[in-house]
Amino acid sequence: MTATSTLIHAENVSRHYRLGETLIPAVNDISLEIATGEFVALLGSSGSGKSTLLNLLAGLDRPTSGAIHFRGQNLLALAPEDLAHYRRDTVGMVFQSFNLLPRMTLQENVELPLRLAEIQRTERDGRVAQALDRVGLGARRNHRPSELSGGEQQRGALARALVNRPTILFADEPTGNLDSVTGEQILVLLGEIQAALGMTIVMVTHERPLAERFANRIVTLQDGRLVGDGTRGLQAHENRATENTERVR
Amino acid sequence: MKGRDLAELAVRNLREAILRNSLTTLGVAVGVASLVAMLSLGVGLQTLASQRLTKSGLFDAVFVTSRGMRMSGPPQENSAAREDYKPLDAQARAAFATLQNVVEVYPQVRFLTEVRYAGNTYSTNVLGLPESSRTMSAFDGITGKYFSSPAADEAILQMDFAKQLSQSPLSLVGQELTLRYAERHTASPEEIAKEKDIDAQLDEMMSGGISIVSREKKLRVVGITESDPSAGIGGFGGGRVFVPLQVAEQLHPAQANDVQEFVRGGGSGKSSYGALTVRVKSPKDVLRVEEAIKKMGFQTFSLLDATRSLRLVFTVFDLFLGLFGSLALTVASLGIINTLVMAILERRREIGVLKALGATDGDVRSLFFAEAGAMGLFGGIFGVLLGWLIGQALTLGTTIYLRRQDLPGVKISYVPWWLALTAVVFAVVVSLVAGLYPAGRAARLNPVEALRYE
Repeated sequence: MTATSTLIHAENVSRHYRLGETLIPAVNDISLEIATGEFVALLGSSGSGKSTLLNLLAGLDRPTSGAIHFRGQNLLALAPEDLAHYRRDTVGMVFQSFNLLPRMTLQENVELPLRLAEIQRTERDGRVAQALDRVGLGARRNHRPSELSGGEQQRGALARALVNRPTILFADEPTGNLDSVTGEQILVLLGEIQAALGMTIVMVTHERPLAERFANRIVTLQDGRLVGDGTRGLQAHENRATENTERVR
Repeated sequence: MKGRDLAELAVRNLREAILRNSLTTLGVAVGVASLVAMLSLGVGLQTLASQRLTKSGLFDAVFVTSRGMRMSGPPQENSAAREDYKPLDAQARAAFATLQNVVEVYPQVRFLTEVRYAGNTYSTNVLGLPESSRTMSAFDGITGKYFSSPAADEAILQMDFAKQLSQSPLSLVGQELTLRYAERHTASPEEIAKEKDIDAQLDEMMSGGISIVSREKKLRVVGITESDPSAGIGGFGGGRVFVPLQVAEQLHPAQANDVQEFVRGGGSGKSSYGALTVRVKSPKDVLRVEEAIKKMGFQTFSLLDATRSLRLVFTVFDLFLGLFGSLALTVASLGIINTLVMAILERRREIGVLKALGATDGDVRSLFFAEAGAMGLFGGIFGVLLGWLIGQALTLGTTIYLRRQDLPGVKISYVPWWLALTAVVFAVVVSLVAGLYPAGRAARLNPVEALRYE
């Protein structure tokens, strides 16, 4: 991996939480480099610190110590507003529980990042339609989240994450609330998007088989520490992605 | 986030919790309504008082006398005053009439007379009324009518005097009565020269050409007024029989100031007025006209100071009513705080999502501000309407009560445009202030903790 292809670099990152007198190290001195175009799975059991690390990389939280560089820019040095702009313009987020706003239709949910980014109204409809078509939900745009299945909601959330054309997509247990078939469909979709857009994806999961099938790199965490980092190579990953697509179909 | 997007999201959020937000908005509306109703009552009463006072003719008038002459009592004796002396004559009257914002200039023509009716004689005062008194409140309760024209040989009687003339005073309307009065006759030098009796000629020369002649005038009674229009300074003091001013002036009656004028004028025999009333367009013009007349060398008097005190009283009254009305709005603002704090708890996860999608603290704060502002705006508009309705109901109730007492109805509540506008702006400002704490709290939420919230 060359230094120029490094997209995000975590350097001795720790995140400690204080619970009364006790200091809990959720993430403990982790260093990690992620290159452009990688599909990284952060694997670990509950409480291993994988979601905390994802939040730190996504700019939702700040480390207690260490540094996170995105294309050389230290996120820790950013003002709160600039960090919000990093989340808005660079990052796409997908959550385990979808987190579509229940009051809004799918169209309005997907439009939300465009509102925040102050994109012209004339441009918005087209971009929303494009994002929904990409995830196969073009016909459900006027439905509210409660009128959609779990898989559809997660695809809707994916459309919302993609609409602002992020550089990196963070997915926190995207299959956690879905049955295995639907979960696989979502991951296939992620793989296709990555292949089509050349996007970097960082996914948190506790299911090793899924990580092995869809990610090209598996970073294993345990008790807040990095205990394994295995790369399969991009070519092997692409071959696997094609297999996955055919299998799901 | 752009303003339009913010407004759309705020209104959408308010619509979602429609019952709670409507109740909160209603709270604001009730607060604003109480404020508007209170202040509209203050403004209405002030307007009513000021209209009544303006109608009384006291506050839009400047009373002019010659310098060195007081409103009553003897003239000053010093020589300086004598040098300053300017006669308050027809020339001065014409000069006052040309001043800006002057509506009418008229003298106070008041004289003693004997009224003959049904073979009896009654002694009383006659007063000349200017045409402008037609609209004055003193004649609101007149039985019969006002003079048909400014030069009509007609009279209006004061009720007490009418009762002296007849046991059924109202039957006097349409009857004729005779005035006996003393006419001031000014003889010209030619007339004096023509006087054959040398003693009479000498008398007339010595008297400056003034003589008093007894005259009679027949007048038709057209109205009887219940109230006493002669009350107060500058009112039609002392009159019990009223005639059109033009008629009174044509009679050339001898008045109390004739002797005084004779002494001052050195027996020139020129006619002048004891006092002139200068009526201006509105009370606010009084000061300027008064200054202009003073510069012309005359003494003036007005009730402007009294108006100022009245305004001060009403300002304090309005302030008191406003404070009282604001209490309800303060309670309503607590409602806004409560609603928005509840909204933060309910929408914690939503705030987390917004932040994860890139909303800044400012965006979240603005969104909650916009929701508070929208509740204030809608509550304010609805409150103004409600306050206006309360005012109308108060006016209606008062009118019904007054009518039962045989009194004319009055408009006691008045919502001017500035009050409506200020109330809405005030409601929005109070709501925004109430939204400060919840908006700040929402903005400070940690996105990770907010997303974890179930």
